[in-house]
Amino acid sequence: MTSAADQALAQGVLALADDELILGHRNSEWTGHGPILEEDIAFTNLALDEVGHAQLWYRLAAELLGEDPDAQPDRWVFFRGQDEYRNLRLVELPRGDWAFSMLRQYLFDALERVRLQALADAGEARVRAVSAKIAREEAYHLRHTAAWVRRLGKGTEESRRRMQAALEAIWPHTSQMFAPVFEDSALDLQPPAVLQEAWEGLVRPHLAGSGLMVPAMAESAVAGREVHTPHLGGLLSEMQQVARTEAEASW
Amino acid sequence: MRTQVTRLSEAEVWQALRNVPDPEIPALSVVDLGIVRAASVEGADVRVSLTPTYAGCPALTVIQEDIRRALCEAGATSVHLETVLEPPWTTEWLSEDARRRLREFGISPPPRHGGVLEIVWSDPALCPRCGSTDTEVKNPFGPTACRSIHVCRACREPFEAFKPM
Repeated sequence: MTSAADQALAQGVLALADDELILGHRNSEWTGHGPILEEDIAFTNLALDEVGHAQLWYRLAAELLGEDPDAQPDRWVFFRGQDEYRNLRLVELPRGDWAFSMLRQYLFDALERVRLQALADAGEARVRAVSAKIAREEAYHLRHTAAWVRRLGKGTEESRRRMQAALEAIWPHTSQMFAPVFEDSALDLQPPAVLQEAWEGLVRPHLAGSGLMVPAMAESAVAGREVHTPHLGGLLSEMQQVARTEAEASW
Repeated sequence: MRTQVTRLSEAEVWQALRNVPDPEIPALSVVDLGIVRAASVEGADVRVSLTPTYAGCPALTVIQEDIRRALCEAGATSVHLETVLEPPWTTEWLSEDARRRLREFGISPPPRHGGVLEIVWSDPALCPRCGSTDTEVKNPFGPTACRSIHVCRACREPFEAFKPM
């Protein structure tokens, strides 16, 4: 039997794993469809990294719960329903156009930068190890996606228009990013307002410097991680289809 | 009756590991890459601690299987592989010899950065073919997670570089 603290931590870690998995899986839809060959390869690399990060978090959650870290992640990924997933709604939204996917990845990378750095510095020992590992790889992500945000924002009239439209569509979903991951999970080192301020300190100057206007947003209550858009169901049914067809198959 | 076991020395274990090539960059062994963090022997059982290069690296499973096979062939009766994440893997662990072999293999070795990646990001990669640094990045993400794609303006050849991490 694991301690109550470990159980709570495992639930929080599972939510972080779900964020990485769903974003990685969603972005893998671009594989073979990127606007240019180089970027097809790059964005696929980013997606693969996110799935790898999900794997690290799922393994940690399994260890915290006393489950088999080799077997349990697949059970969570392929056999949970959408009401059991705890990812942010931002990452389950359809990929949209290139501007939408790139901007979402950038805003998520910036969140990871501020949250993982804090966890790598002062998190629980096992969380610290995973955070430090992921933060290193994420340094490449943020540099790449920030460059694309600027390139598209400062590019042609069409690329700027698409980026601005993407920003207006995505921005209302960002407020959920700062809500506590899980109550008493030792993952929420900063109060939401502090995390949000750090994140905005990173993204607002860059968006403005890329010629984009951040929309004004009214304060409103944000639903929890158990609430999803209809888009998650479609993603899961595709991702889980093969595993569920032969649940006992070994690969 | 005593069970006969071949007791491997730690030196023999490391020698066996030095003969396990990376599946995607066979010029380097798993020891050259720095992913073997510890190895110990208890009777005929061998314990090895591994750390992943990149978390999502699909070669990791193949590497684990290759290590298991190599150690069994060297005489181990059981092999326990453990994954460690701390400290996180870095290209600073690649030896000078490993860097030389990488370049001979046609991949530009990672620059040393002392733990701060950002300081080497603006340095152009060294062309492994002609040695020029008059090169540019074509894609920071290459055919594997650990490689980037470049082109040399001096000899006009494209090449890959091992990304500093």
